[in-house]
Amino acid sequence: MKKLASLLLALSLVLSLGVCALADEGGIAPEDLKIGMVCIGDNNSGYDIAHITGLETAMEAVGVPMENVTYKYNIGEDETAADACYDLAESGCQIIFTDSYGHQSYTQQVASEYPDIQFCAMTGDQAALAGLDNLSNAFNHTFESRYVSGVVAGMKLAELIDNYELLDENYDDEGNVKIGYVGAFNFAEVVSGYTAFYLGIRSVVENVHMDVRYTNSWYDPIGEGEAANALMADGCVIIGQHADSTGAPSAVQAAYENGQTVYCVGYNIDMQSVAPDTALTSAGNDWSKFYTFALQCMIDGEDIPHDWSAGYSEGANFIFDLNEAVVPEGTAEKVEEVEAAIADGSLQVFDCSTFTVEGEHPTSFLAIDLDGDFVGDEGEAIRDGVFYESDPELRSAPYFSLRIDGITELG
Amino acid sequence: MNRHEPLIHIAKRDSIAWWQAWLVRLGAVVLALLTSALFIYALTRLNPVKVYGAMWEGAFGTPRRAWITARDTSILLCIGVGLAPAFMMRFWNVGAEGQVLMGGCATAAVLIYCGRSLSTPALLGLGLAASLMAGALWGIVPAVFKAKWNTNETLFTLMMNYIAIQLTCFFVTKWENPKGSNTVGIINQKTQAGWFPDLAGQQYLLNVIIVLTVTVCMFLYLKYTKQGYEISVVGQSENTARYAGISVRRVIVRTMAISGAVCGLSGFIAVAGASHTVSTSTAGGRGFTAIIVAWMSKFNTFVMILIALLLVFLEKGAIQIASQFHLNDYASNVVEGIILFFLLGSEFFIQYSVRFRSRRSEKEAEA
Repeated sequence: MKKLASLLLALSLVLSLGVCALADEGGIAPEDLKIGMVCIGDNNSGYDIAHITGLETAMEAVGVPMENVTYKYNIGEDETAADACYDLAESGCQIIFTDSYGHQSYTQQVASEYPDIQFCAMTGDQAALAGLDNLSNAFNHTFESRYVSGVVAGMKLAELIDNYELLDENYDDEGNVKIGYVGAFNFAEVVSGYTAFYLGIRSVVENVHMDVRYTNSWYDPIGEGEAANALMADGCVIIGQHADSTGAPSAVQAAYENGQTVYCVGYNIDMQSVAPDTALTSAGNDWSKFYTFALQCMIDGEDIPHDWSAGYSEGANFIFDLNEAVVPEGTAEKVEEVEAAIADGSLQVFDCSTFTVEGEHPTSFLAIDLDGDFVGDEGEAIRDGVFYESDPELRSAPYFSLRIDGITELG
Repeated sequence: MNRHEPLIHIAKRDSIAWWQAWLVRLGAVVLALLTSALFIYALTRLNPVKVYGAMWEGAFGTPRRAWITARDTSILLCIGVGLAPAFMMRFWNVGAEGQVLMGGCATAAVLIYCGRSLSTPALLGLGLAASLMAGALWGIVPAVFKAKWNTNETLFTLMMNYIAIQLTCFFVTKWENPKGSNTVGIINQKTQAGWFPDLAGQQYLLNVIIVLTVTVCMFLYLKYTKQGYEISVVGQSENTARYAGISVRRVIVRTMAISGAVCGLSGFIAVAGASHTVSTSTAGGRGFTAIIVAWMSKFNTFVMILIALLLVFLEKGAIQIASQFHLNDYASNVVEGIILFFLLGSEFFIQYSVRFRSRRSEKEAEA
């Protein structure tokens, strides 16, 4: 009797272990994988298109049929985001993406109630802190494509200098060439981007100074145009941007047509349609890499880490086609060389030996802000003289908020 | 004398039986649906019946969807009910948007600043009081100017909206969480302090109960109380009101305080009972949509339930057909526009009778 009991006990143990193992390895066949996608806009918005194409490319890559995705369009950053997530969860989606930063807290709320469903708050920054196993954030290494686009601008600048096309007003009192940048908000995401752009230019032309003007809006064609005009009136030769409209490139093109020597670099969209003579290139993100990774994890039954971030090494970043009529000869080759160096890690965008903060090369920076006061509390980002931006070990969303020498924020 | 009778003769009806009026409205809805069906088919080649089915699914397809529809209907209804007394007084309060936002901001302030020190019932009580006062204040200011200096209330209340929107943006920046996100985030997400409690397991049941209570009370107030009577007299003719010894100024200010307070209450429900955050989308244009609700129901608060439900149904249906058929917002906006056009247009046929020149009268004219 005792033997039988112990046999039963052993059997039940083995069985329960087996069940556990099954549950752990519970991958989902591609044709059974149901996906939910919450978009802040619809197929009229460039930002959403980048995410929708990214997801659909990924679905094709891993073999998920197109009818398995349910989109929720025009979902604001309020309780309707939670409504949409609940609805997708109830309709049987196994993985749900929300594409805007402001959806994040609602995504988190729903994720806490559906522990078996995977949620990904794209461009968010709270997943690691939220303590939920089923919530992830993802962000590409946008700063890498910014750096490369900066190199393109630097090549153009070098050509202008060599051909004596710059005027006195294009130089400041210390002999630096003036460049400008139209930014949306003074967040780390923007600071990280303009610093990378600036460092890219400075890798080609050493004596440059950059002014940054903020519009306090992600999308404001008029405000972005005005900011660009103010920068150009001050003599800036290159205008970069981190805002979502074509306002700045249009203003640059108009100034160029009035005889001013000025060029621009865009973001997220190819600006050559609005600025054919002045747009050099644009910095871009390829979201399909993350979506492919996430869907593959679901199929393989593996966990998706809290933070995912990748750049050129994974093919998640790129710059749009060079404006061949405008960029100097040899630009394409230089771009290829820089991209390869970034991809293999031999070139680090935020190599601390290339920039200074108040005259000193930074040696320490805490990335993670726990109490919301803009000052990091933990997570050392500088190792061996390199500032590791968007390090998945720390956080995928950018945290580089150092104000380096050579750049002035004009507000 | 020329006895030629025009082809169409339009005359104001003396009266119309209630069932006839509703028959006209029903006919309008049916015609609107047919027209929209033609539109849908012509542009998208989709089966209109399936599209309507999807809209129904979107609004009522699951218990959660039905509750969300109920939640949004009750907020829209509450604003409409708030507008009713002002409109009955012929005071064109187009400032509901701002009154809702101020109520929402007041509630959010209570939840944020007292969230750690007070219990949920105390927070709700305080939030309710604060939102009523904030909404009332936003209603009283234009009313006082109207009563004292006869300023144009339409412009004044409209301007108050912009002040409220800017103030809301200011508070969002002040309270933003996490810093730099430009949103307030979910207030008290971990503790849920100051959130409406679930009733009978339903998250939004309390919202519905509060709004239905307000709806009934407002109906009784307008129809059976002395103050309600004063409002309709002032609305009909200020001179008559004065002659009857009614203090017009006092009625204007008092009524707008009530109107603003009920709109502020909607802000309270929207923040503490639905979104648990505050932004300009707390009102999100509902202050203006509610004007349609109040007008189409002729200030009858019970009819408002139907109209508010219809509008929210169309909105939820729109989201569903966008996601199911990849028709974007504009397609459903057209359907919504067609339905509203027919419904508003049907009022004409209720007010007026249209007669075509009959053959007999033609013959009589010839003879």
